[in-house]
Amino acid sequence: MNALDSLYQQVILDHAKARHGDGVMPDADASHFERNPTCGDEITVSLRLEPGTDRIAGLAWQGDGCSISMASASVLTDMAVGRTVPEFLALTEEFRTMMRSRGVGEPDEDVLEDLVAFHGVSKFVMRVKCGMLAWVAAEAAAREATASR
Amino acid sequence: MTVVAPNQPLTETEVEAIKRDFPILAQDVNGQPLAYLDSGATAERPRQVLDAERRFLEHDNAAVHRGAHTLAALSTDAYEDARATVAGFIGAAAPTEVVWTANATDALNLVAYGMANASRGRGGADAERFRLGAGDEILVTEAEHHANLVPWQELAALTGATLRWIPVADDGTWTADDAAALITDRTKVVAFSHVSNVTGMIAPVEQVVGLAHARGALVVLDACQSAPHRPLDVQQLGVDFAAFSGHKMLGPNGIGVLWGRAELLDALPPFRTGGSMITTVTMEGSEFMPAPERFEAGTQPVSQAVALAEAVRYLRGIGMERVRAHEEHLARRMLDGLAAVPGIRVVGPPAGVPRSGLVAFDVDGVHAHDVSQYLDAQGIAVRSGHHCAQPLHRRLGLVATSRASTYVYTTEHDVDRFLAAVAEVRDYFGATA
Repeated sequence: MNALDSLYQQVILDHAKARHGDGVMPDADASHFERNPTCGDEITVSLRLEPGTDRIAGLAWQGDGCSISMASASVLTDMAVGRTVPEFLALTEEFRTMMRSRGVGEPDEDVLEDLVAFHGVSKFVMRVKCGMLAWVAAEAAAREATASR
Repeated sequence: MTVVAPNQPLTETEVEAIKRDFPILAQDVNGQPLAYLDSGATAERPRQVLDAERRFLEHDNAAVHRGAHTLAALSTDAYEDARATVAGFIGAAAPTEVVWTANATDALNLVAYGMANASRGRGGADAERFRLGAGDEILVTEAEHHANLVPWQELAALTGATLRWIPVADDGTWTADDAAALITDRTKVVAFSHVSNVTGMIAPVEQVVGLAHARGALVVLDACQSAPHRPLDVQQLGVDFAAFSGHKMLGPNGIGVLWGRAELLDALPPFRTGGSMITTVTMEGSEFMPAPERFEAGTQPVSQAVALAEAVRYLRGIGMERVRAHEEHLARRMLDGLAAVPGIRVVGPPAGVPRSGLVAFDVDGVHAHDVSQYLDAQGIAVRSGHHCAQPLHRRLGLVATSRASTYVYTTEHDVDRFLAAVAEVRDYFGATA
């Protein structure tokens, strides 16, 4: 696989078009906005918890950005919903570690599932922020949702 | 040997010879020969410029305008010769009209904050014309680079003046008529770029100067994308201040130029104060030197100035009319090529209107970041993003664009490789499906 195809894995290209979770959530418990000032990518991630628990019941996002950031937001939607906030924060940390790996090591597919497709992104330092943007916003929204409960 | 008219594009042989002067261009990037199409952001430097800086540092380097030893004198001479060289290049009336700054951003801040200081009463009666207050207006355009926008926003906030802007049309351009509608007796400063770093539009400078001066307003020209790429004569244009950066014109980082008319520079209160810009200092206060020294506090970027002068000599050796003709030729080639690719929207003046040698564009269904990544994999370097012009992109309805920009070392082959790669982008990202 050439370097470009390792960056733009089919999973990423598919998610960039499918954009799971793209939309508004009027009854969100928390929303958080993140922007990458260098490239102008931006995203607002909203989420809602199951009443009385810390389980993420729904997530939606609105944003504009490159295929990496949009695909990452789409995968985020698939993976965050159904997890408790601590589980989600732990997953985010696993993802962050992989994104900072500069392509070294073998990501754990059992833990990271579709996120392993982003392993190639970690080799492109300029693009790591694109991959993390939605997750950083979701992390802040999840913390806020639990804190404000 | 054939004699070439001074306004003819460079021949491919000439460009190839020029390209060989740039060591950085003789490399492969991602397994392909580098096609560097990001000179609008920063230009590469020829061996002559690199050698001049090294030669200075190996033989002459010392602090300038202080000390009486031999190297101090050699350095001071080189530094002032550089100033005279740059002054000649832009048609300044005297070398003292050239102020060294860190870059164009720094130069524009120097003017804006000098005016802020005047507005607080610094500079006395001589600085009267720089004073702003409530009811006064600063006029910019919606197309400005943040460097020629944010300092004016700050000046307005500091003085109570109002910032107004000339709106742009759907293609990002504006006209002298648009300016005329907004230049009034309240206008104190009109600041705009000579050549837009996004649209490539060439501003109607002389017409705007006429309008501004008729109302007593000062004209500040951002010449970042003109000084490196076309003949620039500040006196002929009639502007009051002009700013540009060394690193965009084959020179080093860390050196820029503010040109100003002598009587204005001598009256504008300094922005930065300290050593080397004073005549007499007591514990109670200080008197400042005339321009340019009054704006050059502290240790100066001497080797950078020397190298910038070498860059100017290199450009003069080619001839600025030919530089312009070469880049306009390449821009037409890019525009014609992009017009044949489905899903490409080029921003900027319509076909047939003169523009500089840069082209910013949107690829339908593919983000600019992904476009530049795809090109980079083939060794083609283009800029992607908002190019420090967020308001303009917002107006164009775009978050980001890709921009290919040319210079003296850009070949037709570079442009053709760029066009071939752009034609593949939408397929790769599934945007044609």
